[in-house]
Formats: sequence, C-alpha cells, structure tokens
Amino acid sequence: MMPVDQTIDQQQVPYISAFEHSETDLARIGHPWIHQIRRDAIERFSELGFPSAHDEDWKFTNLDPLLKISFAGRVERGDTVRASEIVRRLPGDHYRLVFVNGRYSPSLSNEPGQDLTIRNLRDALSDGTPLLEQHLARLADYKKHGFIALNTAFLEDGAFVYVPRGVIVERPIHLVHVSAAGLRPQASHPRNLIVVDANSQASVIESYIGVDNGLYFTNAVTEIIGGEDTIIHHHKLQRESDQAFHIATLQVEQNRGCTFTSHSIAFGGALARTEVNSVLAEGSECTLNGLYVVSGRQHVDTRTSIDHAKPHAASHELYKGILDGRSSAVFNGKIIVRKDAQKTDAKQTNKNLVLSEDSTINTKPQLQIYADDVRCTHGATVGQLDEDAIFYLRSRGISRETARDILTTAFARDIIDRIKLESLRNYIEQILTSRLARERKAEKAV
Amino acid sequence: MLEIRNLHARVSEKEILQGIDLTVNTGEVHAIMGPNGSGKSTLAQVLAGRDLYQVTEGEILYEGKNLIEMSPEDRAREGVFMAFQYPVEIPGVSNLYFLKAALNTIRKNRGLPELDAMDFLSLVKDRMKLMEMDPSLMNRPVNAGFSGGEKKRNEIFQMAVLEPRLAILDETDSGLDIDALKIVAKGVNALRSPERAIILVTHYQRLLNYITPDYVHVLSDGRIVKSGDKELALELEEKGYTGLELEAAI
Repeated sequence: MMPVDQTIDQQQVPYISAFEHSETDLARIGHPWIHQIRRDAIERFSELGFPSAHDEDWKFTNLDPLLKISFAGRVERGDTVRASEIVRRLPGDHYRLVFVNGRYSPSLSNEPGQDLTIRNLRDALSDGTPLLEQHLARLADYKKHGFIALNTAFLEDGAFVYVPRGVIVERPIHLVHVSAAGLRPQASHPRNLIVVDANSQASVIESYIGVDNGLYFTNAVTEIIGGEDTIIHHHKLQRESDQAFHIATLQVEQNRGCTFTSHSIAFGGALARTEVNSVLAEGSECTLNGLYVVSGRQHVDTRTSIDHAKPHAASHELYKGILDGRSSAVFNGKIIVRKDAQKTDAKQTNKNLVLSEDSTINTKPQLQIYADDVRCTHGATVGQLDEDAIFYLRSRGISRETARDILTTAFARDIIDRIKLESLRNYIEQILTSRLARERKAEKAV
Repeated sequence: MLEIRNLHARVSEKEILQGIDLTVNTGEVHAIMGPNGSGKSTLAQVLAGRDLYQVTEGEILYEGKNLIEMSPEDRAREGVFMAFQYPVEIPGVSNLYFLKAALNTIRKNRGLPELDAMDFLSLVKDRMKLMEMDPSLMNRPVNAGFSGGEKKRNEIFQMAVLEPRLAILDETDSGLDIDALKIVAKGVNALRSPERAIILVTHYQRLLNYITPDYVHVLSDGRIVKSGDKELALELEEKGYTGLELEAAI
C-alpha cells in the first residue's frame, strides 16, 4: 500500500496502527464511499507525515511538544457531568450540538427538529444524503496537509448543517466541542460540514472547550460552502485547556455574491494553530476578524489565506493579539490575487499588544498579486500599552492594574464589538475579564 | 492643605524645579505664572505623581501626608486632581465608563457607597449642563476625536464630577477661544469653596480676568521669583516676564 522508498517517522506509526485497529469500526460509519476517502487519507498521511520545521508554513511553530506524545489512545467517552456544567454557561439562545471527546451527545444538545438540517455527521453519514457525498472532503485538501489527512482518516463525527435555498436561519447554530484528558493521551478529530444554499443566511459558532486543564489533542476540520448570494457569519471560540494541543482548519468556498464573515477568538491551548482559507468568486466579500490572547508559555499560530480567484471581490482582515508572560504568537496572512481578479479590494491588518518583555510575536503578511487593477494594503504593528493613558487613568484614582486591564480590554473590544450576536459578545467579554483577572493573580503570586 | 518645601525635580538629567516653596490653604486660589520652560507644568505633573519626573530634594506635604511617596491613584483618591494640559485620548474606553470607575473608586476611599447608574447619570447630566457639553460626548471614547476645546472642558467636567479637594489646572486656558474660556472659568468658579484649594497654572493673565486668584506667583528657572496678589498678574501683563525677571535679578 505504501511506496517502498517512503520512510515513516516514528511519530506517525501509532496513528497508523490506531487506524488499522479501529478500521472495522470506522467502516461501519457511513457508506463505502466515505470509507474509501478515509483509506486514501491514511495512506496520504503516511506519505505526508507531520509538518517539519523545514516546512515554510510551520517555521515559527515548533511541533515537537505535540509530536513527542502519541495521541493515539482509544478515545474514551467523556464525562458528561462536567461537560454539562460547561454547556450550561454558554449563551442559551442558540441551536446547539454538543460533542464530548469528538462524540455527539444528544442529551446536552438542543436540536431544531425536522425543519432544519442541523445534526451530527455520524448519523447523517449513516442515513446517507447526496449532499455529503457531493461536498464532504471536497474543500479541505487531505492530499496536501498532514493534519487534514489525519482528521479525514479518523472522520467519525461532527456537525452537518444544511441550509436550503432562500432560508434565513434566525437563531445562531452553536457547535460545541468539549474535550477532556483520557487515561492515555487521546485525540479527537471533529469534522464539520456546513452547506448554505443560494440566497440563504446563517450564523454559526464553533466552540472548543477543555475540561479541567486536561492534556489532549484536538484536530478539527470545518468545511463551509457558501452558495450564491448567501450571508454567513462564522465564529470560532477556542478555549482549550492550558495543556491541550489544538490544530484546526477552516476551509471556505465563497460562490458568486457570497458574504462571509469570520470571527476567530483564541484563548486556550499550550499550542494552538488555526488556519482560515477562503476562495472568493466574483462579487463575493470576505471579512476575517480575529483575536488571540495568550500568556504563560502558550503558543498560538494563525494562518489565513484569502484567494481572490475572480474579479470584483473584496476582503477585509483585522487580527489582534495580546501577549503576556513567555507566550508566543505567529500571524501569517496570505492574500492571493489571481490574474483574472481585477478590481480586487483587499485590506489586511495585524496589531499586537505585548504586555511582557518575554513574549514573542512573528507577524508576516504575504501578498501575491498577479492582476494589475487592484487595491491591496497591509500593515502590522507590535506595541505596548500607552504609558500616558495609564497615567491619565491613575490620575483619576484608578489603580495601575485596573488601568492596564481597561486598556487591554479596550484593545480587544475593537474585535469583540464586530460580532453581531450580543449574547456571544457578552460571553466573550466575560471570558476576557476573568482571563485578565487570572493574569493579575498569577502576577501577584510570583 | 499643601506645603511645598525646597522642591527640586528633574526629568532625565535635567533639573527643572530648583527649590520651590509654596503654601496653599483651603479655600484659596493660587495662580502660578511663568514663561515657557520655567517649570510650571513640571510642578503640576510632580503634584499629580507623574513618574517621568524625579524629586531629588525637598518635600510636599498634603494634609500632613508625604505626597511624594503616594502613587498617582492614591493621590487622586485623597482628593488631588490635575486637569491635563494635553488630555490623553483613550480609544475603546467610553467617557461614561471611565468616569464611573474613577468616581466609585474615589467614593469608596472616602467611605461613601458606590453610586448606582441612575444617581450617577443625574450627577453627570447636571455637571455637563454646567460645562455646556454635548451629552453625546459621554458615550464616546475618552477624548478621542474631541476638539481641543472639548478636551479642556472635559477636564473641568471630570473635576466637577470628582469634586477634588486640591485641583491643579495645568494651562487649561491655552488654546481656548473666549467663549470656551468663559465656560471653563464658570466651571472652576462654581467649584470654589472654603473646603477646596485651586492652583491655576497659566502662561497668560487672560484667565485671571474670569477667575480671580487670591495669590499670584511668578515662576522662573524652576524657582518662584515673585509672589503677590492679583495685581501682580496685571503688572506682569504690562512688563512681560523679561521685565519682571530683570527686576527680580536686581
């Protein structure tokens, strides 16, 4: 099955043998076509392996801490009691699908019923629908990316959302992925497919939440197909545990006139990487907003790619980062403007607030422009809190610590305020507030 | 209330204040005048606790306490207020939120209960009226996009809300047109009280046409070279700083 000259890294072996062990079980989920994709993917994974430091796309993210642990243990069913405590604190006005350690939990979920297709992928695969065969694994390219290949090989569960033509889904759709450590290091490979047909509108939230500071690995892939003249708001809220590893890819196809907005908020993980890739057809509009907040020894890596494949499309990107402690962050924003894509309007900004001298940020815009009648701008900044502003607040009786928190929150609020869902906005601001309070406490303890 | 003795202060290597002596009692209004570079603003900043300036000698007693050892926030909580010469713009923080946080911290320090939203709003409305301010400014970020005059008025408005015991106005009159100057003066005069002292730091006599000081001091090269009553300001207007400095040298 494998080319003879292919050397397999030690790190790949446990995953490949885990696949072989569980293959019979996996094959039972869905029809033969999906299992053929799984088999192709594991084969491709064995060839690709994990990215190495020589890979330009992974230059500033050292994967050694992730690779030295084999997260190939048999996935345990998670503790639904702890998961339900987490779910209870989430905004309540959403359709909700909850997954614990990658498995769908009907008791924690709050499905919309028969009218809408918002369901778990495992059941949808078993029932079989032409839409899945048409779209699943079409956008996220497992032939090129080791982590996507791994996710596809272990494809088992996740969310399947289908919004038919001309439907406006009023309530946000919240896909909640809760993870906890098992007896042996384990990984979940959540897979989400969201298909929004022409003239429709939907708002989706993906949450990744860790339980009890556990050590585990989440390797998620989400594919979104935005039909013609659709409006899609996507939110990703990453709150994995401090010890966890999180690798996620969001792959978007924007058809003619599709307006796609992404808000990617990252707080958690020892090592977290998110890729957001979108391909834009004519007249489409892509807005990518993001916020990463790291401290301690956390590392967060954000990679975005906006592919202006056709003319008259616009993209706006603003990512902000807050770094404290000995944390590090990477931002790499790629904008491709194809030869055909005249009248493209693209703007990219990355701003970083560095609260500690020991933190590191690598920010890199990457513009590849092959058309001549376009407007593309980019900018990146790295700065500290404004001492004049701190003094101004202190001179009015506000303590130095509170002044710092007020100014840090103001920096972040610029991103949070762009989210249209009020309950989510408040929820995120609460997380930020308690996060800053935690930093203060940690500082005092030192 | 305030006792400054032989105050020396420097910024980086440069000594700016070279022995200031000044006593301010409650109920008094003192004007400190002087040419550019005489150390007026440095004195104001040192009183507010800006750590850019190091006090190298002398002492400042505020209600018997050593002010120099207090943090800027503690000074504010104890009733010291400085109206900034250049108010800082703070994007992302609304004026209302900021002022409520400040007021409640100060009230807490005075042993008073925090104001609830309703009481706070009515206080704010009242003081905005005094300062003839556009109410929409309250929901805007602190000083962001304010005109020069709006920023200065916002300083006096904050003072009117926070009700300090010792107010230091650092060139609040500079850059104000006559209408704005009158409003600022009205605000300051409304706050004059036997329990409160005010120090007006200014380059020009003009402000003193609207706020009558009890004492006027002339600062030159980091020292007070002459003190007197409001007549001194008029004399200064006539002779200019150079004339007065010459006189002091003789």
